[in-house]
Amino acid sequence: MPKKKVVLNFPPHLIDQPIISHLIRDHGLEVNILKARITPNEWGRMVVELRGNGGNLEDGLNHLAQTGVVVEPLAREIRWLEERCVQCTACTAPCPTHALGVERSDMTITFDRELCIACELCLNACPYGAIEMSFD
Amino acid sequence: MAKTIQEINEKIRRGKAVVCTAEEIIGVVKEKGLKQAAAQVDVVTTGTFGPMCSSGAYFNMGHSKPRIKMGGGRVTLNDIPAYAGFAAVDLFIGATAIAEDDPRNKVFPGKFIYGGGHVIEDLVAGKDVRLTANAYGTDCYPRRALDTWIRLTDMNEAVLFNMRNAYQNYNVAVNRGDRVIYTYMGVLQPRMRNANYCTAGQFSPLLNDPLYRTVGVGTRIFLGGGVGFVVSQGTQHNPGVRRTERGVPKVPAGTLSLTGDLKQMSPRWLRGASFTGYGVTLTVGVGLPIPILDEEILHFASVSDDDLVAPVVDYSEAYPNCQPEILAEVTVAQLRSGEITVDGKKVITAGHSSYARAREIALTLKQWIEAGTFLLTDPVAHIPAPESGYAFKPLKERPWEPPQEISDN
Repeated sequence: MPKKKVVLNFPPHLIDQPIISHLIRDHGLEVNILKARITPNEWGRMVVELRGNGGNLEDGLNHLAQTGVVVEPLAREIRWLEERCVQCTACTAPCPTHALGVERSDMTITFDRELCIACELCLNACPYGAIEMSFD
Repeated sequence: MAKTIQEINEKIRRGKAVVCTAEEIIGVVKEKGLKQAAAQVDVVTTGTFGPMCSSGAYFNMGHSKPRIKMGGGRVTLNDIPAYAGFAAVDLFIGATAIAEDDPRNKVFPGKFIYGGGHVIEDLVAGKDVRLTANAYGTDCYPRRALDTWIRLTDMNEAVLFNMRNAYQNYNVAVNRGDRVIYTYMGVLQPRMRNANYCTAGQFSPLLNDPLYRTVGVGTRIFLGGGVGFVVSQGTQHNPGVRRTERGVPKVPAGTLSLTGDLKQMSPRWLRGASFTGYGVTLTVGVGLPIPILDEEILHFASVSDDDLVAPVVDYSEAYPNCQPEILAEVTVAQLRSGEITVDGKKVITAGHSSYARAREIALTLKQWIEAGTFLLTDPVAHIPAPESGYAFKPLKERPWEPPQEISDN
C-alpha cells in the first residue's frame, strides 16, 4: 500500500474542523500522526504518515488542499553518517520510534529511515556530529 | 606452569605466540579449562574507546625568525587556548579547552561544537591548524606576535599525554529529577527514563588485570592507533574500593596515565567529542596486552560481562553534591542488553564507550602481536595495588578570608 510522510499546516479558521476524520472516513486512508501541535487561533502543524490504496492517497491530499490545509512534503530528514559514527549507542536512548537501534550481537548502530519521525531528540545525544538534519 | 615476558616475546618474534582477545578468551577457558588454556595462550588483548577528559597533547613548535617567547604569553590553536607556561615554544593543549568566545552554556544547553579534543583530532588527521601567539618580547625573544598555519609534520615533538585514562569501571548515570539534565554521561531524561553507562566491559583493560599484576610503569600499549606507554597510575587512582570475589572493583577504581607519539596516531582512534550542555572532550582508543604468565592472570583476564558490576548513580542529586548513594548494582551484561531494573522500574540503557570499537582495538593489537611487530614489556615499577593504602580523597576546603585591616591609629 503506498504511503507518504507529509506536513499538514492548518490555518487558524480550520482548527475546529474534523479534518483528519474526513481523511479516514471519506478517503479510506490510514493516518499515523507522528507529531502534532494544534492550538486555538494559531496555525497548527501536524506531521503524518498517510497510507491508502490506489488513487485514495492522491484524492485525500487534494481534498486537504481544497479545504485550505497547506500540505508540504516532509522536507526535514535525519541522516545518520556512518563514517562519523563510533557506535557508542548514546543516540538510541532518546529515540522514541526505535529508528535508531542497536544490533546486540556486535553492538553496532542500526538506522531505519522508515521509522524516523525527524523529532531531533538524537541530535543532542550524539557527541560526534554523526547525526545531521538535512533539508531537501 | 609459569611463563616469563621474555619467553612470550621470543614466541612473538618467531610468529608462534598464541593471542586471544579478551572476548575470545572467555570461550577458550570455558572449553579447555584454566590450566590447559594458561599453558596454550600467551597474550590476551583488551581495548576501550570512550571519552577521556584528562587527555591532552604537548608540542614543540620550532623557533620562528626572529624568535618569540610563547612561554608566559597567550597562545591559541584554532582559537582554542593552549597552555604555554613552559620554555619558549613548548605548548600543551587539553581535551576540554574551549575558545574564549565560545557561548558555553549562556543559551542552555550549549552545543560546545569545537574544543581541545577536536584540535588534537584535526592535527592527527593531518589538517592545518591556525597557531596564534602573543608575547611580551625580550632581548633574546624580541617578537611579540605570531599568526601562522601549522600541521603535525611541521612540529618537532608532538606527544599525547593523558593524565587519566582507562578508568577501571564506571558509574551508570540516571536522572531522578523532574527536568532533563545534560551531563558528561550524556542527556539524561527525567524520572529515570534512561540510564547511560561507559565501560568496555569484558574488553576493558583494567577490568582484565584487576589487581594490576601485569600492567605498570612502562607497559607498551595501543594508544590512539599508534604505540604508547603507561606513564604510571593516573590521577584519581583509587585501588582500595569494594571488589567482587574475582577481585574486580564494584565502583570506579584504578586509572592509568598514558603517553605516546601523536605523529603515529590516527583520527579513527582520537576523536573530538561534544557533549551538549557539558563541554568538549577527547575520545581515546586504548588497548592493553596482558601477558598470560600464570593461571591466576588468565583467570582474571577471562572475566565476562556477567561477572562485572557497575553502580547506578543519580546525576540530578547524588553526583553533583558528592553524595555516596548508589541506587543499584547492575551487570555489564544487563547494561548491554538495553534494559536494566532500578527500584523496580525498567530503564533503557545506552552507552558512551563503544563496544564495537573496543573489539576492533583488541583485534588490532592481536594482529600486531601475531605479526611480530609488537613486543610485551615487564613493568619498570608497579602501580599502587588494592592493599597499598593509596586512596583518592575529596577537596578539603579552607576558605580564604581577607587579611585583618590594621588600624592607622
